[in-house]
Amino acid sequence: MSTPIVVEGLTKRFGSFVAVSDVTFTAPAGAITALLGPSGSGKSTVLRMIAGLEEPTAGRILMGEEELTPKSVQERRVGFVFQHYALFRHMTVAENVAFGLRVRKEAKDVRDARVRELLELVHLDPFADRYPDQLSGGQRQRVALARALAPQPQVLLLDEPFGALDAKVRQDLRRWLDELHRELGVTSLLVTHDQEEALELANQVVVMHEGRIEQVGSPKEIYDEPTTAFVAGFVGSANVLHGEVVDGHVHLGSFRLPGADHLEEGSAAAAFVRPHDVRVSPGDGDTTAVVERIASLGWLARVTLRLADGDVVVAHVPNDELHGAAEGARVSVDLRNARAFEVPVGEEAGAGPVD
Amino acid sequence: MSGVAQQVDGRRSRGFLPHRTAAALRHFALRGTAIVYLGLMVALPVAAVLTKGFGDGFDAFRDAMARPGAWAAIRLTLVTSTIAAGVNAVMGTMLAWVLVRYRFPGRRLLSTIVDIPLAIPTLVTGLMILALYGPNSVIGGFFDDLGIRIVFTPIAIVIALCTVSLPLVVRSVQPVLQELDPAEEEAAATLGAGPRTTFRRIVFPAIRSAVVAGTLLTFSRCLGEIGSVILVSGNRTGRTLTAPVFIFQLTSQFRPAEAAAVATLLFAISFVLVLVTTRILRRKEAAA
Amino acid sequence: MSTTAKRGARGGHAGILAACLLYVGLLLVLPLAGIVWTALKPGLHIVSDTLREPDVRHALLLTFQIAVITVLVTTFFGVIVAWVLVRQRFHGRSFLNALVDLPFALSPVTVGLACFVLFAPGGWLYPFFNARGIQINFALPSMVLVTIFICIPFTIREVVPVLEEIGLDEEDASRTLGASVWHTFRKVSLPNIRWAIAYGIALSTARAIGEIGAVLIVSGLIQGRTETATLFIFRAAEERQLPQAYVVALLLAAISIVLLLAIETFHHRQEREMHSA
Repeated sequence: MSTPIVVEGLTKRFGSFVAVSDVTFTAPAGAITALLGPSGSGKSTVLRMIAGLEEPTAGRILMGEEELTPKSVQERRVGFVFQHYALFRHMTVAENVAFGLRVRKEAKDVRDARVRELLELVHLDPFADRYPDQLSGGQRQRVALARALAPQPQVLLLDEPFGALDAKVRQDLRRWLDELHRELGVTSLLVTHDQEEALELANQVVVMHEGRIEQVGSPKEIYDEPTTAFVAGFVGSANVLHGEVVDGHVHLGSFRLPGADHLEEGSAAAAFVRPHDVRVSPGDGDTTAVVERIASLGWLARVTLRLADGDVVVAHVPNDELHGAAEGARVSVDLRNARAFEVPVGEEAGAGPVD
Repeated sequence: MSGVAQQVDGRRSRGFLPHRTAAALRHFALRGTAIVYLGLMVALPVAAVLTKGFGDGFDAFRDAMARPGAWAAIRLTLVTSTIAAGVNAVMGTMLAWVLVRYRFPGRRLLSTIVDIPLAIPTLVTGLMILALYGPNSVIGGFFDDLGIRIVFTPIAIVIALCTVSLPLVVRSVQPVLQELDPAEEEAAATLGAGPRTTFRRIVFPAIRSAVVAGTLLTFSRCLGEIGSVILVSGNRTGRTLTAPVFIFQLTSQFRPAEAAAVATLLFAISFVLVLVTTRILRRKEAAA
Repeated sequence: MSTTAKRGARGGHAGILAACLLYVGLLLVLPLAGIVWTALKPGLHIVSDTLREPDVRHALLLTFQIAVITVLVTTFFGVIVAWVLVRQRFHGRSFLNALVDLPFALSPVTVGLACFVLFAPGGWLYPFFNARGIQINFALPSMVLVTIFICIPFTIREVVPVLEEIGLDEEDASRTLGASVWHTFRKVSLPNIRWAIAYGIALSTARAIGEIGAVLIVSGLIQGRTETATLFIFRAAEERQLPQAYVVALLLAAISIVLLLAIETFHHRQEREMHSA
């Protein structure tokens, strides 16, 4: 019942500004695909083009076999959930949910049954006769979701759906959306700047930056195996160290890190190391550092280390591996799973710890 | 899930035209309507007056201004409008302040009363002033005994102008005052500033452009006012004849070209003032 | 603040309040009371006597007709213009915007003059209408046209800020749910702007009823034919038939007060609409 969405060469220009440049990907049927990126990366524009709310400058959009591009918004039958809910303020919750069905001239009893079904699904049946301004943000967004799902769309598009909500509500709704999706199995496209959200909910993540796709992969892939410096820095936190490529290693002053085989000898490179891949042990070793700060984060500690050549590195160390290290102590560090990327001339890819 | 979906199928394009063409047509139809409406109803008449007044050069203007009382009328209009604008700039701002910052019984009533000139015919306002300050009335008779005439003097003109333009500054300033963050004034108070200083240095700069805009609107309104003035001023050439009434007289004498010339002059004055003030305001904002 | 300082401040507040109340009282309340008293001075019968006069009846009817046509035209086209100004982007939009505000910058006398000039012999539109035997000046059409001109900004200026503030997302949502543009406008946009429209209608009605400067020029002051209520008052005052003038003025004032209450209510609702986002 569910169809995949295919986007080919999608481009959008606003005057001379290129918001989206040659974006191609497939959102598999029945899965949640996240469009992840910082503000201005073009992800919302891509979503709106799929919905038909924006006209692409170039490219095609296909839903299964159907070419969506020449169709109007109304004809595409996509469900859209907006960041600020966009509920019809002059209609009750029930009327909001029924709207799409009314437009399609469904019979009254069919309509009513469907509305009731959906309101039960989102746990808001007692609120059927309330108006949007009588609901909380989280409730409004659930109504918005019910409304989008009512006409049984083939595809569900969500534009930063939890962006306007409190942290706790966001987490609850995230969990709830996950369950809902498991139950319904509608192909979904979720735009978000919150990488935790993307990693938690999505089956596939499309990372975007400045209008272009950086990487497409499963959450594990983009986290463990970033293919560009941007993805390495944006997804999850990372320490960034700059050095030069010598013999397949990145040379950083007093030590070197492997993983630069794919880079050109002698070029500038940035090595990314995740905080939890920085192992700290007492005493001296190949690479030594001085502990600058230890901040307790509950079950682990955030340890700020200064390396011999002055670079600062952050390590996430579980409490039982601290071995009594204190501020000012000399420790031995082991930087594992470093990934190296080339650094374009003139650009410092965010030197230092990136959170 | 219910059996809704199967019957409702993704339809092909509705109607004859592809949706993009239909959308474009709709866009242009609406835009065209708007342009024709405003073009015919606003631009055309204004162009007609400008052309009539100065289409043949400055002759009509010269003839009009050569008439007795012409320059006096312009002067009188400018002076009385300036006074009324000045008075209402102060009183209007005070009223806005009172309505936003004070709580007192009858505040809603006061707000409604302030808006009366927006609803009531200006002619009725003129009649009201006659009723109250005319020679046979309570107040007018009192002043008359003292030898002070109110109606049929420029004083009456100023009173009329103040009355009809009363809400303009208030409604310009009120929303701005409402939006002001009280935190700024509270900060000033913690730093030792008294209410007058706080008003001068924190509040007023914030509302200044609203006051100026409202005052300009008031001035412009007063320049063109006729309904109330024509009844209370006496319309004595050279003494209490205002420019709008002068234009009316010229029209009644079937001298439309001259009337148009004077009317254009009035319009030009408001127009230039608006341009100058917007430029000043924009420069001040840029410098801020 | 010390107690003396506080009392001083309160005294200052009281002073400002007193000045405001005095100003408003002298300029508005007292004169309004004055007109009620002066109109009803000869006795309450004067009202029914005056209303029985055919000239008065005709004047009131004419005012009503002009007001209705004006409101219908300015509301319908006003909503279209507001929509185009807010939801469309094109060259010349700011010029169009300026045109909307132009009627506020002109004296009503100038408006009347403009109409007169356009439709009088030698005017640009004279040949067209004269050839068809349609009289514009000194007849109803010109009076309607000038009143429309004067009332053009009201609806537009009230609807524009509401459209700017709210509704774009709702309109998008409506379209994704399959509603046509017209359906979206009717069910989603129109409910959002209904109070702004009502506000504009109330303001236009009041202004149309009170119009004097422009109709003074284009009507020709033909008693019993092209005399609105305000023109009647004008003529009656000129001819020293003051009691009748005052009664009709009182009637118009009463209608205005009712409209004023409508204005206040609708304005309030419009503000609430805008800030409910």
